[in-house]
Amino acid sequence: MRTALRPRAGSGGGSATAPHTPEGPISTPNIAQSRPVRRPGDRLFRGAAVGSGVFIVALISAIGLFLLLQAIPSLRANQVGFLTSGVWNTTSATDLQFGILYLLWVTVATSVLALALAMPISLGIALFLTHYAPRRLARPFAYVVDLLAAVPSIIFGLWGIKVLAPTLVPVAEWLNHNLGFIPLFAEGNVTIAGGGTVFTAGVVLAVMILPIITAVSREVFERTPREHIEGALALGATKWEMLRTTVLPFGKAGYVSAAMLGLGRALGETVALYLILSATTAVPELSFFDGGATIASKIALGAAEFNNPLTAGAYIAAGLVLFLLTFVVNALARAVVAGKKEYA
Amino acid sequence: MAKRIDIKDVNIYYGKFHAVDSVTLSVPPRSVTAFIGPSGCGKSTVLRSLNRMHEVTPGARVEGRVLLDGEDIYAPSVDPVEVRRTIGMVFQRPNPFPTMSIRDNVVAGLKLAGVRNRKKLDEVCERSLRGANLWEEVKDRLDRPGGGLSGGQQQRLCIARAIAVQPDVLLMDEPCSALDPISTLAIEDLITELKQDFTIVIVTHNMQQAARVSDQTAFFNLAGVGQPGRLVEVDDTEKIFSNPSQKATEDYISGRFG
Ligand SMILES: Nc1ncnc2c1ncn2[C@@H]1O[C@H](COP(=O)(O)OP(=O)(O)OP(=O)(O)O)[C@@H](O)[C@H]1O
Ligand SMILES: [Mg+2]
Repeated sequence: MRTALRPRAGSGGGSATAPHTPEGPISTPNIAQSRPVRRPGDRLFRGAAVGSGVFIVALISAIGLFLLLQAIPSLRANQVGFLTSGVWNTTSATDLQFGILYLLWVTVATSVLALALAMPISLGIALFLTHYAPRRLARPFAYVVDLLAAVPSIIFGLWGIKVLAPTLVPVAEWLNHNLGFIPLFAEGNVTIAGGGTVFTAGVVLAVMILPIITAVSREVFERTPREHIEGALALGATKWEMLRTTVLPFGKAGYVSAAMLGLGRALGETVALYLILSATTAVPELSFFDGGATIASKIALGAAEFNNPLTAGAYIAAGLVLFLLTFVVNALARAVVAGKKEYA
Repeated sequence: MAKRIDIKDVNIYYGKFHAVDSVTLSVPPRSVTAFIGPSGCGKSTVLRSLNRMHEVTPGARVEGRVLLDGEDIYAPSVDPVEVRRTIGMVFQRPNPFPTMSIRDNVVAGLKLAGVRNRKKLDEVCERSLRGANLWEEVKDRLDRPGGGLSGGQQQRLCIARAIAVQPDVLLMDEPCSALDPISTLAIEDLITELKQDFTIVIVTHNMQQAARVSDQTAFFNLAGVGQPGRLVEVDDTEKIFSNPSQKATEDYISGRFG
């Protein structure tokens, strides 16, 4: 039955000896001996790449060094423990008292709350946009989400304190009333009715970091290889099962990186929180209904005191902590993403 | 197990593009049917219409009827997810789930179907891997990622995954096109074995392969550029390769095509 399978014309039969050139053998350069050619384009690009790498590292080190050098004299003059105290009293340069503790609490609490709220919502939006929404709807919707990222943070601050805070007060009161036995929902060091709490700030930050987390996750989810998606569907997976077996594992690392980008933005956010958080000198209750300031908003609040180098140094020391915090967050994110490399 | 397929007057579209024109064809149970034809003539498209994978592409649709032992898989009451559970598919490029171990890959379909019993899963895992002639090579590393296997092993893993759910029909779209001759032979032998239990439809560009493994061969062709693909003829493989009734078929299999 295979008799009809004649070899195709030209397959394998075309190795006629090449005609000799009249000039005789051509001396070809010996490949083994010739030195590797350095092409100018390669060299230029290599130089540029190495140069920018070195420049970035140098710049970051310089910033760190600058912060450190400025902070050291103030840290020496500090009358309280910088890492162990929460008092902030820098009005008198001779009796300098500054501790990072309360600022650190408010910074971490607002950012983590924002992340906890934004992560599931972003995940939902990203999955909806990539796998559920009809195409005609997905594009404009994605555009609107991206537009959120373009809103200046001062607008978010105004909206947060003027519109969102009053609306959230009943929610906050309900939480405090029903879940008050959990320390996070107990009374804080400012009034819940005023709205200038970590709770409000966290919600506003969540809205602010939603677009970046959504956009990055969407990009990653969209890249899930088609053959994996089809492999799952062909096995009889429902849509959700397909997402769970292919899209989510594939996009996990990207989603975590996206969240860390968002966290980085939340940690550094200044103006919005400056407007929202009620200032207080009271000791925080480690509750979502605390007020106070984040590291960044405290620095902004203290701008008037920067003319004195010792006072300025106190704020710079706080800035240094924020700097290290974002570094640690990034390193953690990398560790999470690098884990389980084998399955990448 | 091993059901018969009757494709009745099926037209397939990608949006407005009419990709395949009026195909009628029957696949008897426990046999291998090969789809051959030039690139772009719609072999994959027809194959994917048999387990309702075609409609996964946005805008794509199928008209006509595909009967699985007399039951129309395109009837409105039929859930495509159920159809895909009973009609397995092996793709051109091996596509094990990269985040899963070899074991989890094999039993992925069972887990989707709700089987949780560890003993039962292990049993099916071993049986499927043996069925796919892969057991000896991987039995010591079932917990390693499936993506760490060679291409040929990955493809056999995908076959194991497809047969683990005991489908009625197995569809294969150029399953050997990314493999070396040894792995290809291994998979061809496997197809001959699987034929005892499953109804198999295989797309291939390799004429020798069609001749070696199939009982029945369907030749598809394009009427012209931009025209829909169509079924030229379908007959016993022996007849198609020795004495086809259409001139176009003879031209194609003898390499005088185009
Ligand atoms: N996702 C798609 N969207 C639009 N048109 C498509 C799509 N997939 C395939 N087609 C078109 O449908 C026709 C048939 O394609 P198909 O993939 O079925 O061909 P094939 O016979 O499998 O070819 P090959 O041998 O190259 O795999 C072609 O004209 C192709 O361009
Ligand atoms: Mg194809």
